[in-house]
Amino acid sequence: MAVANSVVAPAAPLPPVLAALKDAVLVALVAMALTGPIVGLQTVDAGGRLTVDMRFTEVALGIVIVFFGRFGLALGERGLALPAYGVGALLMVAGFLLPWPAELLKVLAVAAGIALVVRGIAGQLKERRTQAVLRAPDEEDAKAERLRRLVTRGLGFAMLAAAVLLPMMPFANSYIMDTAIRVMTYMMLAWGLNIVVGLAGLLDLGYVAFYAVGAYTYSILSKDFGFGFWGALPIAGALAASFGILLGFPVLRLRGDYLAIVTLGFGEIIRIVLLNWTSFSGGPNGIGSIPRLTFFGYPFARRAPEGEVTFHQLFGLDFSPLHRAVFFFYLILVLALVVNFFTIRIRRLPVGRAWEALREDEIACRALGINPTNTKLTAFAIGAMFAGFAGSFFATTQSFVSPESFTFLESAMILAIVVLGGMGSQLGVALAAILIIGLTEAFRGLAEYRMLVFGLGMVMIMVWRPRGLLAHRDPTVLLHGRKSVLKKGAAA
Amino acid sequence: MTAPMLKIEGLRASYGAIEALKGVDVEIHEGEIVTLIGANGAGKSTLLMSMCGKPKPSAGRVIFEGRDITGMTTHHIMRLGIAQSPEGRRIFPRMTVLENLRMGAVVTDPAHFDQDLERAFTMFPRLKERQNQRGGTLSGGEQQMLAIARALMSRPRLLLLDEPSLGLAPIIVRQIFQVIREINAEQGMTVFLVEQNAFHALKLAHRAYVLAGGKVQMSGTSAELLGNEEVRAAYLEGGH
Ligand SMILES: Nc1ncnc2c1ncn2[C@@H]1O[C@H](COP(=O)(O)OP(=O)(O)OP(=O)(O)O)[C@@H](O)[C@H]1O
Ligand SMILES: [Mg+2]
Repeated sequence: MAVANSVVAPAAPLPPVLAALKDAVLVALVAMALTGPIVGLQTVDAGGRLTVDMRFTEVALGIVIVFFGRFGLALGERGLALPAYGVGALLMVAGFLLPWPAELLKVLAVAAGIALVVRGIAGQLKERRTQAVLRAPDEEDAKAERLRRLVTRGLGFAMLAAAVLLPMMPFANSYIMDTAIRVMTYMMLAWGLNIVVGLAGLLDLGYVAFYAVGAYTYSILSKDFGFGFWGALPIAGALAASFGILLGFPVLRLRGDYLAIVTLGFGEIIRIVLLNWTSFSGGPNGIGSIPRLTFFGYPFARRAPEGEVTFHQLFGLDFSPLHRAVFFFYLILVLALVVNFFTIRIRRLPVGRAWEALREDEIACRALGINPTNTKLTAFAIGAMFAGFAGSFFATTQSFVSPESFTFLESAMILAIVVLGGMGSQLGVALAAILIIGLTEAFRGLAEYRMLVFGLGMVMIMVWRPRGLLAHRDPTVLLHGRKSVLKKGAAA
Repeated sequence: MTAPMLKIEGLRASYGAIEALKGVDVEIHEGEIVTLIGANGAGKSTLLMSMCGKPKPSAGRVIFEGRDITGMTTHHIMRLGIAQSPEGRRIFPRMTVLENLRMGAVVTDPAHFDQDLERAFTMFPRLKERQNQRGGTLSGGEQQMLAIARALMSRPRLLLLDEPSLGLAPIIVRQIFQVIREINAEQGMTVFLVEQNAFHALKLAHRAYVLAGGKVQMSGTSAELLGNEEVRAAYLEGGH
């Protein structure tokens, strides 16, 4: 009896840290079994003969990363949020600082670290929210809501500060600045598309068409008509918006997948027209030597053209090609922020509210006196206008445009950012833009497998967070009662 | 007698080849509660929606306060002093109670909003407690209260309600109907109530229409219809 008892009796539960450790060791063993043969063995072409080589360090390091990644996850799952953050931070720092033998390992370490931290934050927020729901609704809910808003706002400001300081960092070389400009351009486009898809709920697969309209408008206006950037910008925006309305009128009565297909077609039509209307758009050769943006009249050049002063002469600096990149970066930062603040503001206005309501229930909207067609058209036009602005910026930074820059892949990429960000969350979109563009950049070494990794990553993220990184929707009207209760209390 | 506030004459409407309304006549006078009862698929919801423009009437006329509103677009009609709590409530699930109420007020001067909100909260204190909760997480009864409150935010003169009792426990149904009675008695609101729950609806309303197969089968005061053998057999059996 006693023997049977001792067998049946459950083993004393391990303390959480040990349990997490055990978990991590197990996973590391599995990783070893898998990566050993797959990654560890490498065929080498030795003078015409294939020999097998062992890649020992790589495998060992990979397993170490897996071990720490799993350890952090397991800690988080067991409610040890702080240690999990610690492991995440450790991985990130190690990823950046250690001399990794392979670029991929470095990326892996950093990505694992980021994932741990993001996951930790998300998990904590979720827990707070469920706790808040379980508790009495009013007071506590408002508290959790406030906390969540504080965290998002803090994160937002931290990111803004990081962006502003980035060009002043010692590591800000031209590669970093170019990548940062790319990230910001996509962020701006995604914020613009977010109005259409995230707020108004209209699935637009041809958003890149408006980007193209903006880019070509600027190119032609500046090259053939001598417009400056600031003069051409509003025209490009207005033209893109008109294209939005033009497309919107016939198609906005369509819904969901039909709308998606028609917008997809529209995107392709614009591209094909640009490809074939050679006299207008230069066809496949595109338009080159588009005037580059100057610093309010002072060009970024080593030597000034006759009778002009260059940027570096103006400020008495040594010439550096970085100046131009830094200026472009700040410019796109400002343009993107304009879109962001515009969206934050308009969500609280009747039009913005109507967009969101329309996304939830069109019939209800009509029953409340909202004109769905006009409401959708404004969303479409405003989204298109911002794409037009971004297009002008693109043309002036590249000084060259061609239909190749406006393929469906671009639309898909922008849409992926919006969806990943959480359809409607401004901060989510910003994070997603950094993540997606950053990752595609980091995996550049993988060449054509890049998109494979990218797709895999998207699938994994969508499994983990099916509604996007930050799916939370901020209410646009808050806490009316509090005020009136006070008023009533004072009156009584 | 004064001219009716709402006059529907020979209204016909179809969904594709199916004619759902085959010439309906209804009159509603100011200050009345009029109910429309009928079996599933009789065309009650269609009548309510068609007089608001969708589906577009194929024949007949709708006159509201002396103005021909036949064939106007829905969003236009809803700005003329008619409000609707549509079938299935259709509140905005991701928006909070407060935002839902705000959406109800899009057609009115925002300056009234605070005042109208207080009125809605006095009518439904439950909504005040839940004001920052998302619509989708409200209970069915709370959602119905919200749908009615939202419709009232546009300061209508005619309130259209499509099956407010749908899926609610009897005690909640009584509460909701009590509120409708109060809105009518205290604010003089004219109400057109579509209901499956014929017994309660007839108890509440002044007059009633019975719709069957897209046509008005019977009409009269509620008392008349409550006493009518045919109505009793078809709609009141089981004595709710
Ligand atoms: N959108 C639609 N498309 C096609 N047919 C429809 C549509 N809506 C309603 N119908 C048809 O019109 C007829 C009347 O429907 P309606 O919704 O008006 O009935 P109802 O009296 O409101 O019924 P219930 O009490 O079940 O709500 C039904 O035969 C229905 O199938
Ligand atoms: Mg119905």
